[in-house]
Amino acid sequence: MSELLCTKNLVKRYSSVVALNDVSITLTNGKIIGILGPNGSGKTTLIKLINGLLTADEGSITINGNTPGVESKKEVAYLPDNNYLNSYMTVKQIVDFFKDFYEDFREELAYEMLTKLGVSPEMKLKTLSKGNKEKVCLILTMSRNAKLYVLDEPIAGVDPAARDYVIRTIINNYNPEATVLISTHLISDIEQILDEVIFLKDGKVVLQKTVDEIRQEHQKSVDELFREVFRW
Amino acid sequence: MQWKLDKDRAICPQICEQVCLRIALGEFAPGEKLLSVREVAVAAGVNPNTVQHSFEILEEKGILYSQRGSGWYAAEDISLAKDTLKKMIEEKTKAYFESMNALGLSVEETKKYVKNW
Repeated sequence: MSELLCTKNLVKRYSSVVALNDVSITLTNGKIIGILGPNGSGKTTLIKLINGLLTADEGSITINGNTPGVESKKEVAYLPDNNYLNSYMTVKQIVDFFKDFYEDFREELAYEMLTKLGVSPEMKLKTLSKGNKEKVCLILTMSRNAKLYVLDEPIAGVDPAARDYVIRTIINNYNPEATVLISTHLISDIEQILDEVIFLKDGKVVLQKTVDEIRQEHQKSVDELFREVFRW
Repeated sequence: MQWKLDKDRAICPQICEQVCLRIALGEFAPGEKLLSVREVAVAAGVNPNTVQHSFEILEEKGILYSQRGSGWYAAEDISLAKDTLKKMIEEKTKAYFESMNALGLSVEETKKYVKNW
């Protein structure tokens, strides 16, 4: 198994606030990995660094050997935690936009999933419910044939039934060579599909283990362990 | 049959158990093709890697066999799957007696209770 993502001693400060402190992680391919941590633990900061939206104050990141930039973005499909698309565009316009933008975009797959969801190409994004908007964004992200999928809070805004939809979409579309990185604080909904979890606390990695290791060692679910580690 | 998984136990052995259960109860006949790794993953809501790993463990034990390019099959000999079923029944029974014990019933009292059920 080869290294897909490698961060070394990452530090990110927002003026006097240290958001990430000495974060070193290595991810291999073919895994679904959860970044878990309470609000403000640095999950989104780490994800933004991986996607080159922020630059690190110290340390380094490589994705398949490249630093975040044009080359890495060809291989990384990113779902931000907020809607970044123009809500006056129709679904078809957005699909075309993605097709122009990403060489690895699979248009047929996107339409197949949109049809299943019951979203027609003529609909404008702003007419969709919040949950459906999030699902459309997920579909667009998963329709890329990327090496690394980075999903920032993909299930935060949707109801429990829709969470199952999101989880099934991820399982169905993930190819065994690729790695999926999911950040969330809704652990119990998602822990069954994770290979590994990374716990972030105050900008530091406090644990990186497989889900079955955690369940075997602690005789409890990742969710319960999380509640223990992060109890006030 | 639904894929019911406990939250506080490792996933991989649970998938193994559930597959054995289905074979032992005849949902998959000896030599019959199983669901694909991805189908099981979606149905159970778990990671395909975990399912793959579980199938490999079952193959080592001789409960399943794989055919390159065509998928996974139940072995002709289902005695191993039946052993697993027996073990599951034993564990459930033991757990039942333990929980009745926690409610203040001795083993004998529990047996009497079950008899009159």
